Amino acid sequence: MSANVHRVNTVTAPALRDPAWMKRVTIAAIALVLLWPTLVLTEFKPWELFSPGTLKPTLKFIGDFFPPKLDAVFLEMVLRETWRTVAIATAGIALALVAAIPLAIISTRVLSISALSGRMATLPAIVRQGARIVLILLRSVPELIWALVFVRVVGLGPTAGVLAIALTYSGMLGKVYGEILESGDAHATTSLLRNGASRLQAYFYGLQPQNAAELVSYTVYRWECAIRSSAVLGFVGAGGLGQQMDTSMKMFNGSEVSTMLIVFMLLVWLADAASAWLRRNLE
Amino acid sequence: MNFTLVNCEARHPAAKPGDAAALRGVSLAVAPGEQVAIIGPSGAGKTTLLHVLACAIKPSLGELKFGEINPWAIARPALQRLRAHLFLAVQVPPLPPRQRVVTAVLAGCLPAQSLLQSVRSLFYPTQMELARAALARFDLEDKLFERVDHLSGGERQRVGLARGVVSNAQLFLVDEPLSALDPTRAAQAIHSLIEVAGERGATLIASLHQVDIALQNFPRVVGLRDGVVAFDLPAAQISPAMIQALYAHKLHELTEPIAAPSDAAPAQGLPAVMHCR
Repeated sequence: MSANVHRVNTVTAPALRDPAWMKRVTIAAIALVLLWPTLVLTEFKPWELFSPGTLKPTLKFIGDFFPPKLDAVFLEMVLRETWRTVAIATAGIALALVAAIPLAIISTRVLSISALSGRMATLPAIVRQGARIVLILLRSVPELIWALVFVRVVGLGPTAGVLAIALTYSGMLGKVYGEILESGDAHATTSLLRNGASRLQAYFYGLQPQNAAELVSYTVYRWECAIRSSAVLGFVGAGGLGQQMDTSMKMFNGSEVSTMLIVFMLLVWLADAASAWLRRNLE
Repeated sequence: MNFTLVNCEARHPAAKPGDAAALRGVSLAVAPGEQVAIIGPSGAGKTTLLHVLACAIKPSLGELKFGEINPWAIARPALQRLRAHLFLAVQVPPLPPRQRVVTAVLAGCLPAQSLLQSVRSLFYPTQMELARAALARFDLEDKLFERVDHLSGGERQRVGLARGVVSNAQLFLVDEPLSALDPTRAAQAIHSLIEVAGERGATLIASLHQVDIALQNFPRVVGLRDGVVAFDLPAAQISPAMIQALYAHKLHELTEPIAAPSDAAPAQGLPAVMHCR
């Protein structure tokens, strides 16, 4: 009996098929078709890494990494350049704040008096949108491009790095400051405005204390990013550790490069730890 | 400060575009130095009325006048100067959690200060004695240098009232000042408010959930129901029957304490969605 039922089932029921199968095959095929031209276009040939012609110089360069160069004069130079990298980042952020804070305050809709009752008036709306557009424009050019420009204008050295970071980061900080100020609870700020305070007074007594922790936390995080990016800016001649690393790379001096890589890793780790500690201790 | 409100229609500050008006044809005239309590069930329009009087929302119909001045007909800077003479204490105290109490209280002085003075006071409070005296009226002297987020809900509410005391407002508009206070604190807070208003001859309008406190302490009581003035009489002429009628279908609000501001949310068939904030 039971054998009978079993037979009937196998005969009449159609074979089970995964309904998602065709869709998956199609998506995979489309992805491959789209990916292939990009691989051709970028001349992606990983096997060339292992061809005898390239393998030998690569191995020799990497072999030079050991031992890292550790003599006192060189180490002193590396530490000085590392400190310069931190200084470029810090000075750049400080300059960026000079532009970012006023632009963020101007762009904040929460500080509008006309928007307290109904729609924001036309002129303030245009000014706020204008400040927003300036921030977006500042942000949209990467600091590497600015560094290339400033190296032409002010010459090789840290000044170019500071200016490049200041310009890009003012856009970044200003835009995110504006978003933080608008996303927080606006109750404290609007009540101050409603009781007759001016916009800046409402900012200092309502908006800023309301969002202080987030603002500081984001600034510290950006400072950490700026340290990493100021090291990269050195490669285009904007001073600091990157510039020294670039020189050593061009001279195929593996031991110097490896020392600087180690110092760079330590620096990034330290900046990361410092910013994490600062943010944790913000109460 | 005196004002007249004629035939006003307005919507709750948190109302959505489709919602009905929270006030429908409300008229009210108050003389300088008068002290008025506004009572009524939740959703009656008490919060909206106070917001209209504080020039926080523009009435969609009707007219508001302070003396001869129509606040919505004057230029915006003049309106902002007028707002310095009005003080609206909202139900949920608008205090940033990381601010110290002394700063939160002295924020009431802002309209009278220049920007430079107010920023300087942020670094070193310039009017500490003023803030301390204002807090003393609400029994909070010892909290002067505490941070706001270390205070209880009731303490925050009283800090919000102390901010009104340091301001030089001529019209105090206080929305449910007692909602987070126990009966003893509530009595003390309302006495302090009445005292301060009396000392400087300021007008005091308070919306209250506690009918007995309103009838005992305020010479004039306005009953509001469904966005309409049900009665506007001297406290002595208000009978228990009128109170019963005012709170009909909502009699539980007369006996039960309102647990939290958010509980006063809308029942069915009310003119507007009220969030009581």
